[in-house]
Amino acid sequence: MARFGMVIDTTKCVGCMDCVVACKTENQVPEGYNRDWIVQDVQGKFPTVEMEIRSERCNQCSNPPCVSCCPTGASHIHEIGGVVLVTKDECIGCKACVASCPYDARFIHPDGYADKCTFCIHRVEKGLDPACVSVCPTHCMYFGDLDDPNSNVSQLLRSRKHHSLMPEAGTQPNIFYLT
Amino acid sequence: MNSVSRRKFLKISGATIGVAAAGTALLKTTQALSNKAAKGVQTIPTYCDICFWKCGAIAYVNDGKLWKVEGNPLDPLSNGRLCPRGTGGVGAHYDPDRLKAPLIRKKNRGEEQWVEVTWDEAMTYIAEKMQKIKSQYGPEGVALFSHGIGGNFFKHTMKAFGTPNISAPSFAQCRGPRDVGFRLTFGEDVSSPERTDIKNAQCLVLIGSHLGENMHNSQVQEFADAVGDGSTVIVVDPRYSVAASKAKYYLPIKPGTDLALLLAWMNVIVSEGLYDKEYVQNYGFGFEQFAATLQQYTPEWAYPETGIDPDVIRQTAREMERYKPATLVHPGRHVTWYGDDAQRSRAIALLNALLGSWGRKGGFYTPVSMDVPAYPYPEYPKSEKGKVDNPDHKYPFAHETITNGIREATITGKPYPIKGWFVYATNLMHALPNENETIKAIQNLDLMVVIDVIPSEIAGWADVVLPESVYLERFDDLNVEWFREPFVGLRQPVVDSPDDQKPNWWMAKKLAEKLGLGHYYPWKHIEEYYEHRLSAAGLSYKELKKNGIIRGAKQPIYFDEGVPAEFPTPSGKIEFYSLQLQEAGFDPVPKYKRPTSGPPGSFRLLYGRAPVHSFSRTQSNHILMDMMNENEVWVNAEIAARLGLKSGDYVRLKNQDGVVCNKVKVKATERIRPDCVYMVHGFGHNSRMLKFAYMKGASDAQLLTRYEVDPLMGGTGMNMNFVTIESEVA
Repeated sequence: MARFGMVIDTTKCVGCMDCVVACKTENQVPEGYNRDWIVQDVQGKFPTVEMEIRSERCNQCSNPPCVSCCPTGASHIHEIGGVVLVTKDECIGCKACVASCPYDARFIHPDGYADKCTFCIHRVEKGLDPACVSVCPTHCMYFGDLDDPNSNVSQLLRSRKHHSLMPEAGTQPNIFYLT
Repeated sequence: MNSVSRRKFLKISGATIGVAAAGTALLKTTQALSNKAAKGVQTIPTYCDICFWKCGAIAYVNDGKLWKVEGNPLDPLSNGRLCPRGTGGVGAHYDPDRLKAPLIRKKNRGEEQWVEVTWDEAMTYIAEKMQKIKSQYGPEGVALFSHGIGGNFFKHTMKAFGTPNISAPSFAQCRGPRDVGFRLTFGEDVSSPERTDIKNAQCLVLIGSHLGENMHNSQVQEFADAVGDGSTVIVVDPRYSVAASKAKYYLPIKPGTDLALLLAWMNVIVSEGLYDKEYVQNYGFGFEQFAATLQQYTPEWAYPETGIDPDVIRQTAREMERYKPATLVHPGRHVTWYGDDAQRSRAIALLNALLGSWGRKGGFYTPVSMDVPAYPYPEYPKSEKGKVDNPDHKYPFAHETITNGIREATITGKPYPIKGWFVYATNLMHALPNENETIKAIQNLDLMVVIDVIPSEIAGWADVVLPESVYLERFDDLNVEWFREPFVGLRQPVVDSPDDQKPNWWMAKKLAEKLGLGHYYPWKHIEEYYEHRLSAAGLSYKELKKNGIIRGAKQPIYFDEGVPAEFPTPSGKIEFYSLQLQEAGFDPVPKYKRPTSGPPGSFRLLYGRAPVHSFSRTQSNHILMDMMNENEVWVNAEIAARLGLKSGDYVRLKNQDGVVCNKVKVKATERIRPDCVYMVHGFGHNSRMLKFAYMKGASDAQLLTRYEVDPLMGGTGMNMNFVTIESEVA
């Protein structure tokens, strides 16, 4: 089975938020909410400063606490690519998943259900990249099958230094940041 | 412009394109009109207008409703990928605060009290006032301030009316000094889009230019390419910008001392013999005299001025040499900083000349364009008085009209009175420094017309406000761009305007007709105008309408590819020593002058861009405001701690003249020097009609009461203001 993931090159990312805007228009994310966001991680003291810029979102974990804590089964792992999705109609808006996510990736949609990044599965199933990846003007984002050793993402992870977010949480995140 | 060599390329392009002219009937109905009934997803190509870069875009309409906008893969500017503002362009169409109907002022100017009128009433009112001004003061008494391609038809109407006073803040409040500095050196402008070959640069030097926060799409894409390819990036900035975070060398320069650094770099490159000797010998003029004046500017001399370690100055100069001629010292864009900006820009030009980068791969390419002839309009009347902005050529090297010169003439009535202002798509209250002078000028007017999509601050001062359709709802002039490769782009309506808004071409044409100048618009609809111009160029409107872009054949863009190395300066060479400057009483080689410092305890106010906003034009776009809905004042972390401030606290800034801004959030950060503070420009709206943007963040423009005028070209250096920080009691 495929395991979809993203590889994001922080050395090229300028943090312009095009990924955030594209997600918003593609998925009609309501005003005041975002499924992805930018983090500027600043270290050091002026003028000896370093900054890593990251486009962050749901990590589409292989061991997702949001799925195991869901009382109704609305949060589930999709058969295609292992993408973590929410079935709106089954969600009761109890917020257990929101609390369980170490990445703070979920929110309750004004219509009452838990919402978050879907890896644009509706696009991916048509052979397109997720909206955020497809618009990025710096070409710093890559989407693909991490279980396929020949995929672009697998090759990048073999050849470049990288890290993921909070691997110690044991969630097995599927988004990786090249440094 | 190097017209001789360009013409040659144009001929080549004309021959290669050779597409048969479309003899098809006009497509009278816009695609927008047919959307209403359409079910499902439709895609329509157009080009963006959230900034002036004009990226090719594809708009998606779902069941007749605007859904999203993506880049057009055929477009050389966007390469199929828009910037966040372009992606968020949808928000401009749905903006609830848009201007909806023509308005005529009913109370005092600036009170924002209006009566809604019909288009005919508005046009009749304007035309009568214009005729009155014309009979009393001549047609020159009307001036137009315009920004972006949307102003083209208003410019045409104004020229037909007989006024030469047409101006844009993009010259005297932005890129003017750079273009003057480069003209004086190479004989040509940097132009827009900049002819910078960033993607092929092996060493890129950015001086205050914050690519990545400044989202001029093609440049940012190329910047990311260069970074990805491992190019050496050198960033000079008082603020640790996004670009600085990609740099091998970050030089945290003291504000206002860039020219000292540039002179020291050139000193090292000349004294160590690191320059491109063959290039300088073949193309240079006055190199010996230039080299002699540089001797005094050692890195040790520059150190106390700039705060940059002499070893770092030497090291970075050698790094530039290592990759020459593929070293690009970027000329920047918004460079009206200290009033000596044309000379600083000239120093940047000279440094590039030493590295041999002008005309070379990885430096500056020679832009090319399609040969699309202008529409053959009747000749414009000649103005007897000439332009008002620059009497007696006080600013001898200004090659465009100076906005602040028009403002000055409107206040003083000299050299002759200006009694009418048209302001198209530029919020002068945020674009020009010292808003009191702008208000004073407006009070002298008999007619003040603003044409815009949103009720900006300047609209609040108008007598008549004309609501324009946003770019997704209108046709505009053809974009026949000068770029890496020739192409033409079309803007066309994607959806209908929600209210009584109209496109600029329709307004400008109607106004001309009201003025009895209808013969200047021999076409009925703008599509006829396109047909005429495109068929004269051997291009098909049908094809352009379908694809949004027509590309021409690639052409040589570097000297090495056969572009003639021509320099249209007085000497015909690259002018290391400028006799024309000397004759006009200026320094033939730039000289450094220490910037004035502020009162003790104050901070120099610097400003710049955020990637999700364009000037003060996007703060009512709900999608972009969801990304950033107020600006912050960046304060060095140690200073903030000393002042008892932390990130998120609200403060007000007070400038040296006692002007206090809106409350603004503190960003306490290690990313800025302790002697300056920084804000993103465009926020702090006080137009009450901008309900959503009203009082969100603070306006840097409000604090720019002082400015230094560039003696070469009349630009306004605006980094001349100092502020103190006052806590805002919650």
